[in-house]
Amino acid sequence: MTTNISSGGRAKCELSFTVNGERRTVRVHPMERLLDVLRQELALTGAKEGCAEGECGSCSVLMDGALVNSCLVPILQAKSANIVTIEGLAAGAQLNCLQEAFLDFGGAQCGICTPGMILAASHLLQRNPQPTIGDIREGLSGNLCRCTGYVQIFDAVAKAVQFKART
Amino acid sequence: MRSDPADYELVAPANLQEIVALLAEEPGTWLPIAGGTDVMVQYAAGKLSARKLVSIWNLPELRHIEVLADEVRIGAGCTYTDLRENETVGREFPLLVSAASWTGGIANQNRGTLGGNVVNASPAADSLPALLAYEAELILVSIRGERRVPYLDFHTDYKKTKLASDELIRDICLSRRFSEYFSYTRKVGARQAQAISKVCVAALGRLDGGKVKDVRIAVGSVAPVPLRLLETERIVQGKAIEPSLLLLAKKIAVAEIRPIDDIRSTMRYRSTVVGNLVAEFLEKLRANEPAI
Amino acid sequence: MTSNRIVGASVPRKEGRDKVTGRAQYIDDMTLPNMLYGATVRSRVPRGKIKKITFGSGIAWNEFVIVSAKDIPGKNCIVLIVDDQPCLADGIVNHPEEPILLLAHPDRHALPKAVDTISIEYEPLPAVFTIEESEEHREIIWGKDNTFKTYLVEKGDIDGVWEKADYIVEGEYRTGAQEQLYIENNGMIATYDPERGVTVWGSLQCPYYIHKALMTLCNLPADKVRVVQMETGGAFGGKEEYPSMIAGHAALLAIKSGRPVKIIYDRMEDMAATTKRHPSRTRHRTAVTKGGKILGGEIEFAVDGGAYTTLSPVVLSRGTIHAGGPYYWPNVRIRAKAMATNAPPHGAFRGFGAPQSLFAMERHMERIAQVVGLSPIEIRRRNFLQPGQTTTTEQTIREAIDLEKLLDRALELSNYHAKKQRFSKDNRMGTSKKGIGVAAFLHGAGFTGSGERNLSSVVDVEACADGSVRVLVSSTEFGQGTKTVLCQIVAETLGLEYDDVTIAQADTGEVPNSGPTVASRTVMVVGKLVQSAALGIKQTLTTSGALERSYSPAEFRTACQNYVAAHGTFRSSARFEAPSDVFWDDEKYRGEAYAAFAWAVYVAEVTVDLSTYSVSVNDLVALQEVGKVLHPVLARGQIVGGIAQGIGYTLYEKVIWQNGRMQNSQMTNYIMPTSADLPPIRVFFEEMGNIHGAFGAKGIGELPMDGPAPSIINAVEDALQVRFDAIPLLPEDIFEKLATESISKSGPHSAGGVQSQ
Repeated sequence: MTTNISSGGRAKCELSFTVNGERRTVRVHPMERLLDVLRQELALTGAKEGCAEGECGSCSVLMDGALVNSCLVPILQAKSANIVTIEGLAAGAQLNCLQEAFLDFGGAQCGICTPGMILAASHLLQRNPQPTIGDIREGLSGNLCRCTGYVQIFDAVAKAVQFKART
Repeated sequence: MRSDPADYELVAPANLQEIVALLAEEPGTWLPIAGGTDVMVQYAAGKLSARKLVSIWNLPELRHIEVLADEVRIGAGCTYTDLRENETVGREFPLLVSAASWTGGIANQNRGTLGGNVVNASPAADSLPALLAYEAELILVSIRGERRVPYLDFHTDYKKTKLASDELIRDICLSRRFSEYFSYTRKVGARQAQAISKVCVAALGRLDGGKVKDVRIAVGSVAPVPLRLLETERIVQGKAIEPSLLLLAKKIAVAEIRPIDDIRSTMRYRSTVVGNLVAEFLEKLRANEPAI
Repeated sequence: MTSNRIVGASVPRKEGRDKVTGRAQYIDDMTLPNMLYGATVRSRVPRGKIKKITFGSGIAWNEFVIVSAKDIPGKNCIVLIVDDQPCLADGIVNHPEEPILLLAHPDRHALPKAVDTISIEYEPLPAVFTIEESEEHREIIWGKDNTFKTYLVEKGDIDGVWEKADYIVEGEYRTGAQEQLYIENNGMIATYDPERGVTVWGSLQCPYYIHKALMTLCNLPADKVRVVQMETGGAFGGKEEYPSMIAGHAALLAIKSGRPVKIIYDRMEDMAATTKRHPSRTRHRTAVTKGGKILGGEIEFAVDGGAYTTLSPVVLSRGTIHAGGPYYWPNVRIRAKAMATNAPPHGAFRGFGAPQSLFAMERHMERIAQVVGLSPIEIRRRNFLQPGQTTTTEQTIREAIDLEKLLDRALELSNYHAKKQRFSKDNRMGTSKKGIGVAAFLHGAGFTGSGERNLSSVVDVEACADGSVRVLVSSTEFGQGTKTVLCQIVAETLGLEYDDVTIAQADTGEVPNSGPTVASRTVMVVGKLVQSAALGIKQTLTTSGALERSYSPAEFRTACQNYVAAHGTFRSSARFEAPSDVFWDDEKYRGEAYAAFAWAVYVAEVTVDLSTYSVSVNDLVALQEVGKVLHPVLARGQIVGGIAQGIGYTLYEKVIWQNGRMQNSQMTNYIMPTSADLPPIRVFFEEMGNIHGAFGAKGIGELPMDGPAPSIINAVEDALQVRFDAIPLLPEDIFEKLATESISKSGPHSAGGVQSQ
């Protein structure tokens, strides 16, 4: 009965989307999680699974410009979407200003939350280029970090804001 | 990941019409999935019983905010971020905006939808007391047509609603008549962000000559369904807010709720806190202190 | 040598670039050809005999590799201190989530269904779940008396102090379990072939613990076991001992299947099955003079060890030695015990017993102050350890530590006195109450007592063909900055650029055993060894004439290149030797417990909202003396991160137990602080230097875990004038206490547990 439905189904299906500026096509079950498709089909392992329930944010990616937990996105919903992962943030060898600031100000310790945290920060700065400390706290509150106590992450984001403002 | 994607079917029809047609063909079989913030959690935990899912994510018919003369119609597929970014919602429905800002982190606000929150029907959902306080109405659609129902008694029991098996919520309608009311809302969670409520209160009120002219008090997490405290509202109606009334309101409010002990809190704690917050609302209403 | 160009500077983290670009390879990012996925079938009961195992229908069992205890080639145990913990339960289970069977399959999605269909019938046995039930001995679940370990520390004549006391102050204090909650779950990949033996890659802290465990489990010689650490996404002690279990499971499946096997825990499994901080109970009975001087005391310290010994003896040891806090006890008797219960074994977690006993000590100091009628500040001032005095284990304080000065500076930084006064005035009104609290504490760096001597750690530094030098240690990086700081030490020692020094991946096939990465020992102990091994490289180069006595980094590189081109790469080793003046008696538990102590005073400010009974921390001043700070950014990161975990331990993180099983094993229901929950955390250092550590450094990693709980709870007491002696302290607990105690009547001075003589 689902034959007249425009896309999806139960069997594996082919679908395309853009990842880090590149058009990618995968053949997967429509209920595969975006996180698994990125990690296993596309070998983009920067997004991590920390909790599988949208609580820790370590699987964060940008989907059509919006920060999402990729563990909660069935791949069919990412059809034709524009996805940016941590691997797509640096321009070649040139780090993004947030990456640079995380490096300089101790924003990354064990590094497991770092990709998601940097993407959350990047999303925040896109929407709000001059965030207050309160905005930063709120903007990152969906990304759990067990190492840093967040303070040096706030420092890093604040420095990236300054850096951006200068350039 | 405790489920096998091969065991699940997911389709994404192009429009609302096709979706309701699908729901009608096999009533109760297809589970609509919007932003996945509830469904995908159950799925990953191996606890999703539905095997057929229909995506309603980002459907234009469900994702719009329409400002009419006397009401604002919020598409059920609007995300919390959509609500937070909408100027009219921000100005006239602060209870809802606060609730939206409490729901998960930013990533979940970008995906979680108001309609999803209603249908998921968790008594702990933060936006539901706000909808009760604003006396929301729902427009439900199916292949049979559409109907408009009050939200007040939409939830019939724990995780049960009046939604028919072939129906979908299309709009959540909020009357604009409360825009001049005093608003109070407070969420009590285990932490400041990303917390499931232990108690959530959303209330509106208006005084006239030092006496309560009209109040709406709604609470979450303290009964199988989100509740309007109708009896408490009735008791304070027309009265001056003074210590004896606060005590009475506390008592009545506690009698109206049915909290439980669970993994997140205790019955005794929830009862007392609901009483405290109802009293706090009334005190702030009297002082007309901005509470949000 | 130029002094301190690199040490003391915040150089970039060695692996930082990989971490911020997402290129760092954690275990779940690694895939091997032909790899299977493994899963663990676990006990659903706390204690019982396994009667029957049924494999359910509807599963193509012939596609699965199945391993049970029978398949173990060596001894069925996870070797650590006592060999009592099986790798797979054989006939009997002693805690929920105990591993019983292992499955592997090429499709990871096939595993959860298969695990679910396996049903196990048990003959239940009575179980015990608390320290009290365990010490009642009604049911013996371990050994002769449910006791993993006891210690007795005695100093002076404790029995003689009671009659001299003006006051005898008693108290009982409790701390709960705490989940480490590293954001990367545990995981391992194992391969096996008869020629090379077993190789495992994984998320881990201690490669050589796993190496040893696998030798015994798989019955393989040392050269047939190789353990490689992948980038590790947080550990905090939580990846000290349990990874040996997972490595063992992956290895058994790899041996049986002949294929690589990957086991990755999901969050629920990781939280429910792996170790947590030991719950504890501490009882104090203290003899005090009218002037507030401690004459002596008895301390009983008990921890809940869970079902097997694992690390409980050493956790207990650290808790025992720290139980007296930074105070002078002329006479003391400390009795400590680790008790068995039918819960998954509790294990290492930052602080390692010290946060538990120090919480008790610092709460008890408040009680003593109240009884004597002194301020919390004055009572501490009058009892602080002074240089030349001895600790409870009779270790003489040789460094010139001035705890009063440290206290005064912390009070000034936190504006303590003004706030204290203002709060007590403001608290008369309103439903929100403010309070301020102090905690003073110490933390010993390195292994306890004879531990370092027994470890006898070895490090290598290698001269490489490109003129760089490479550090080879089994010390692991999991966020603290191990790689960075050890490279700084070598660069500084040899007068090189930071980039001239690299560090090898922690791979037992390549690096020597420099001991486990625990106990705040890496910088102080391993760093010192690395420093001395580095000097060996220089000596070889200068002795051979390849290098002048004075040189630039470029000249060193050239000399090194030339030497290696002529003679091949070479390594310089250093082995730990205990300083001759360090004495420790394991029998009497007396002597130099640690090579160095770090010292600290923390001041917390809180607000308690009486509408919701919730506590928020508004300010936390953390002042510590940790010797020389080698890397300011990393050091501050360690302190702030530890404090955040400490705030969680105090106010948020509660493991909900039911029959020995964790009920809230999801991040949604086990509440760690988010970025919206933490106060400004203000970190300050006093630097005094330390003769034992590289460039005067002491251990730093665990210290910040000790201070938040007592300072915050002392502040809550200050705010409410009601006593709380257990953590975690949740709003529900405050509500219940206030509901049973009227605030106005029950000042702390009228509370029980005090005798006046």
